Formats: sequence, C-alpha cells, structure tokens
Amino acid sequence: MDNSRRSFLKIAGVSALGLGGVSGLSAMIPGPVIAEQGTSAPLYKDTQKALTAGRWGMVVDTRKLSRSLCEKMVAACHKAHNVPDHDHERHTIKWIWTDGFEHIFPGKDDEYLPERLNNLPILSLCNQCNNPPCVQACPTKATFQREDGIVMMDFHRCIGCRFCMAACPYGSRSFNFRDPRPAIDEENPDFPTRMKGVVEKCNFCAERLAEGKMPACVEVSEGALVFGDLEDPKSEIRKVLRENYAIRRKQSLGTNPSVYYII
Amino acid sequence: MLEKAFKGSRAYWIWLLALLAVIGVGFGFYLRQLNFGLGITGMSRDVSWGFYIAQFTFLVGVAASAVMLVIPYYLHDYKKFGKITVLGEFLAVSSVIMCLLFIIADLGQPMRLFNVLIHPTPHSMLFWDMIVLNGYLLLNIVIGWNVLEAERNEIPPPQWVKPLIYLSIPWAISIHTVTAFLYCGLPGRGFWLTAVLAPRFLASAFAAGPAFLILLAFIVRRFTNFDAGREQIQTLAKIVTYGALANLFFFLCEVFVAVYSQIPEHTAHLQYLFFGLHGHDVLVPWMWTSIFLMLAAITLLVIPTARRNEAVLGVACVAIFIGIWIDKGLGMISGGFIPNPLHHVSEYVPTFPEIMITIAIYATGFLVLTILYKVVVGVKQEIGE
Repeated sequence: MDNSRRSFLKIAGVSALGLGGVSGLSAMIPGPVIAEQGTSAPLYKDTQKALTAGRWGMVVDTRKLSRSLCEKMVAACHKAHNVPDHDHERHTIKWIWTDGFEHIFPGKDDEYLPERLNNLPILSLCNQCNNPPCVQACPTKATFQREDGIVMMDFHRCIGCRFCMAACPYGSRSFNFRDPRPAIDEENPDFPTRMKGVVEKCNFCAERLAEGKMPACVEVSEGALVFGDLEDPKSEIRKVLRENYAIRRKQSLGTNPSVYYII
Repeated sequence: MLEKAFKGSRAYWIWLLALLAVIGVGFGFYLRQLNFGLGITGMSRDVSWGFYIAQFTFLVGVAASAVMLVIPYYLHDYKKFGKITVLGEFLAVSSVIMCLLFIIADLGQPMRLFNVLIHPTPHSMLFWDMIVLNGYLLLNIVIGWNVLEAERNEIPPPQWVKPLIYLSIPWAISIHTVTAFLYCGLPGRGFWLTAVLAPRFLASAFAAGPAFLILLAFIVRRFTNFDAGREQIQTLAKIVTYGALANLFFFLCEVFVAVYSQIPEHTAHLQYLFFGLHGHDVLVPWMWTSIFLMLAAITLLVIPTARRNEAVLGVACVAIFIGIWIDKGLGMISGGFIPNPLHHVSEYVPTFPEIMITIAIYATGFLVLTILYKVVVGVKQEIGE
C-alpha cells in the first residue's frame, strides 16, 4: 500500500511541478531541475551536486542541545527561508522552534524526570512523516510527499483551507494570516517569499539538498543534528540510531515520523 | 413562480432591504479580510479554524434535517407533511448556501477555490464534502421547485422527481456524516477522534433543524395566512424531542468514555470546555448555558401537556436551537483545538469583523429563505390552501 501511494504521490509531485511550474518552485525540487526554456528535450536534467536519499531522516541529540545553540539553528532556518517575524502572537510563523520536554513529548512527562530535561529546550520541526496525515487531508495536493520522503508544499496551489493544520498532530504548520513580506528582516533571494493566505512549514531544506548542501539547521548544529538517508544502512544516521536508543514523537499515531530524538 | 417574490407588502420589502443592508456592511468587512488576510479574525496558529467553520458545521445540520420531513412523507406516506415538506427543502437550500459561503469566507486564497476541482483528491475529506454539499443543494432546488410547481398546477409531480427524492434521503445523511469525517479522522485531535461524532452531529441536527422549522412555521403563520397546521407542528415537536434526547445520550456516552478512561488526550478538551484549563475558561459559561438550555428544553418537550402548548413549544424550540448552536457553533471546533497538540492553551475569541462577516452570511441565508418561502406561500394562497 505504501508503494502504490508513493507512486501516486510521485505523480502528484510531478504534476505539481508541471502545473505550478514557476521559478520559485523549481528551485525547491532536488535532482531534476527545469531546463531553460527554448532548449530541446529533455525537459528535466539531473544536477550533479544534488544530495539524494531513499528516505531523508534526522536525529536530534538532545544531549548536545543548549539554549544558545538552538537559537542559532532556529535563526539559520528562518533566515534561509524568509520566515517572517510578526510582532502579533496570533500571526506567528515558525518552521523550527524550541519547547519543553513535556510539550514535545506530551504523555511522557514525569515527576522524576532527570533535572537536565526539565529546563532543556528541545527542537520541534516538521517530522516529515512517512505516513503524513497532512498530505491525506489536503484537498488540492498542494501538500505532497516526494520519493525521498520529504513532505513539501506548493505555495502556489494552496487554497488556505488549513485542513493540513488540523490534521498535523505536532503543530508543525503555520498559516500566513497576513502578508509576510513586510515582516522579513533581510530577504534571502534564493528562496521564495510567501503570500498571505497560504500554509507553510519546514521542508527539510529540499532547496539546499538540491545544491548539495546540508539543511541550514544541521549546518550550524555543531553535531547536535544528524541528517541522512534512513534507508542506507551505511549512512551516519543509521550508525547513530544503531548505537543509541532514540524515540519519535507520538509514535502510537502511526504517522511514522522521520525525526528521531536521542534523550 | 419566481414572480411571486416580486409582489409583496411593505413589511416584506423593508425586511429584504434590511437584510441587504446587513449583507452590504458584512461584505465591506469581507473586503477588508480579503485585503489584509485572515489575520483580522481571532484565529491563530493553534486555533486554525474558528467561527466560520463552526457555523458551517452547525448549518450542515440544519440543512440535513430536511430529511426529517422527507422520510415521513415519502417513505411512511404521512400525508400531513405534504403541506410543509417544501419548507424543509427550501430551508435546506438556504442552509447549504450559507455553508458554502462560510467555507469561502474561511479560505486564505478564495480565488484558488477551483483548485479543488482542477486537482481532485479523493483521499481528502474536503473533496467529498464539496461533492455532497453541492449535490445536496442541487437536489433540493430541483425537488423543491418541481414539487411546488406541480402543486401549483394541481397535477402530480413529474415521475423523474421520485428517484431524486429517494436519493435525497441518504444524501442528507451523507452531508453531515462527511462533515463529521472532516474532524473525526484526524490523528492527534482527541476531542474529535470518536466514532460517535457523526451520529451525534446527526442527532443534534435532527433536533435543531426541525426546532428552527417550527419557529419558522410560527413566523409564517403570523405574517401570512398560511398555516403549517397544528398536527404537523406537533409531529415536528416529537421529532425535535427524539433528536434532542439522542443528542444528549450521545454526548453522555462521549463524556463517559473520556472521563472513565481518564485518557488525558480525551479529557483535556472536555475539561477546558466545562471547567477551564490552566486558568483559561472563556467558553465555560457558554457550555453550561448550552447544557442548561438543552436540559430545560428536553424537560418541556417530554411532558405532553407542555409540548402541546404552542407558546411553551416555541420557548423549547428557541432553547434547543440556541443550546445546539452553542454546542456546535462555539464549543465543537475551538474545543478540538484547545489544548493544542503540544498541550499549550491558546484561547480563541472571534473578532468584531469576523462576527460581522458571519452575520452577513446568515443574512444572505435569510434573504434566500425569505424569497423561497414567499414563493411557497404565494403558491399555497393561489391554490387556496
């Protein structure tokens, strides 16, 4: 079933590319990029530098997290993706942020939790679920899952119904309740800004992977984040998971997150 | 037949103009929302659906309740309902129009609405909701109009309408079932994650819808010489009673499961709604008012002598309607979002522009309803009923 859905989503992804084929989107698709107009077939060509995987995953090593490190990672992501900084609480947009252990892992809260965890900020981001409820809920396939597991948004197709936000059990999605552009401090021209009325979230830096770069947060994580191919037994992330017991958020819901936490 | 809507008393035209004025004001606020974005509402990252979606949910129920007239008349041959079935169908038409307007008002990018058709996505419940709502609208317009026209010409309705009428029965059930499926299929939203949500939606709909229809019948009787009939209203009152009791029963089942199992994901929402959570309690007085109104109305309705008194029945119907409106139009949607999946409490209160847009959509529904009912009453007078 997983396979047939994957191939279905692959078609969805390709059609998203074809129909919503705007320059902003093309920059976010790794591997194949849209060839310049006027050139002969093939329409898509593989970039040599792109990082590829069977299924991208991340390990958050909470033992290496500190408040200042987390702030650095959040800032790097939000700067790279033109995430606006609204001063109004209700209009908040965030792709990656920190929260306490009892909020990241509701139900795992414990009176006798080690002291370290009581004050530790833990990173929260889109889990890039392998069985994503947001993709199931989206009525236009504006949210879709790629071959490599990344759950992406087509900002040009999203109608802003926010069904995906209700479907996400991790609160990982944000909605542009107003025009985000005036609230961007310093615009990064390499990534599209959004408009009001669409949903957005972490995309595992698909646009950076396409250029052979690691995700922005991973790059500044000083080893606290391990990013790699979950399907490759020889990858570093698999080595880390072999050697450490790691948990995932709300695993009982069956969403099959691709983000692991070493506590 | 539509010409009947163009001839009316002074009061009729003042009422229509008043509705248009309200619509105009609300539309002004909608233009502001289009310009600024949904940020002018009270919705937030945590409570991402608010008043609009809640009204939509409530009104799907009112629309579905037309089936409570169609089933007795067409399946049980309860002839007395023949006189008022079209009132139920036209109430459904105006309710579904309001539902569709509430969905459009809630979209961040309404001009992309047709992406739902361009990129049909059967694994999304919203896709099915679009199909069942528009289908139900069309069914009720076609059925209501043709049956009324036949009545005017004093001939039986055309043969091809019959299958559509039978189709409209499961279709009515489907609109509220699919609407419940929007919510109850979402992992991690403990308040909605219950198989009893669709049955409860239907039960509350079959109480609130016919209650509203009884009130409409009283209004029509007061302003025109068309009387829905005492027996018809009493039969509707019994339907309201059963609906309200079923709704209460399902609600108590819900409370038992949450409270006895003590699973925090399920109890937290009820605790927020009825007692407040971490010091947040804006909905607490509303929810208890809702419970009180429903219990009071049920008490009045189950006592035959009280129910048979039309003044008492009117009061009970108002109580049922408001009680269920609070339950579905205020508590049901925010309650599911509070606390949020990370167990933070962000409360939701609709803003003034949001309320004005909501009122304007209701005014649009009443405008459609008034015009349709004017046609019905005109036809009934013409044939001397």
